[in-house]
Amino acid sequence: MKRLGHAVLGLLLLMLAGVLAWAVSLPVAPGQDVPAHIAGSLADSGVSHPVTAVLLNFRGYDTLLELVVLLVALAGVRCLAPLPPPSGGGAVGGVLRELAALLLPVLVLVALYLLWAGATRPGGAFQGGALLGAAGILALLAGRDRFLAVLEQRLWLLAGLGVGVFLAVAAGTLVWGGTLLGLPPEQAGILILVIESFALLSIAVTLVALFLGTGELEDRDP
Amino acid sequence: MTGQACYAVLGALLFCLSFHALIIAVHPLRRLLAVNVMGSSVFLVFIAGAGPRDPLPQALVITGIVVAVAATALGLNLLLRLAGPAEDDRPSAGQDGS
Repeated sequence: MKRLGHAVLGLLLLMLAGVLAWAVSLPVAPGQDVPAHIAGSLADSGVSHPVTAVLLNFRGYDTLLELVVLLVALAGVRCLAPLPPPSGGGAVGGVLRELAALLLPVLVLVALYLLWAGATRPGGAFQGGALLGAAGILALLAGRDRFLAVLEQRLWLLAGLGVGVFLAVAAGTLVWGGTLLGLPPEQAGILILVIESFALLSIAVTLVALFLGTGELEDRDP
Repeated sequence: MTGQACYAVLGALLFCLSFHALIIAVHPLRRLLAVNVMGSSVFLVFIAGAGPRDPLPQALVITGIVVAVAATALGLNLLLRLAGPAEDDRPSAGQDGS
């Protein structure tokens, strides 16, 4: 009976695969030429990389709400009842400590470079934030207690800063420019850099806190 | 052009494979992974359908990736909590309010 069920399921999914494969290979009806639109207004966006221009300027709304999603996920994780506190510090190996000491400055530097590079080439707050988050996780695993203490104390400030600054910019553009997130072309570059810098920090902190979860880090086997 | 269509069809197949895994799998971690692969297959179709010259889908997909990461992290934390210590080991919410 179970085998029959699997066979029927497989058959149905094969049919679904056929229909989907057919659907995605249909020619797309010619609509507006979006790439040309974007290329045409790139000069007003403040950055020269089209993906960053879409993310932070033309569709800044998406990115703002994306940061909110990160914050909501973090709130969800922090709402869970904490697991029992870890028993003892757990020995951190010398190799890991040395590796962290070597890698942490490089990771931070590359993350900042990615943030800066986002204006002209692939890069930006999310890529840099992911890298900075990785640096934070490495610091946690290497037993940097001071870092953990700062993270615990200032978690919501650090995690909320990205959304806060983004909202402040949005409110500013609404008051002075009349459109929400309608960045003025002259100041767009610097505004995007400010938004991205704080977003970088908040993304990194949120990722580290999501990794940390309800705080049972040392329970895991090293 | 044919390369794009190839990626799109690949995405559709990947979607069905992960959908199958989602239905068959019992362990919640496998289900979470299946949902992740489903999401990635949708990104693949989306990117393939638009082509490399269009920055809009790329921006939308990077948004999608971040949302997927956040959702996965929440799911994993819920899983950890589910697999956590037995009921009577947990600190009960009613007693230690301080």
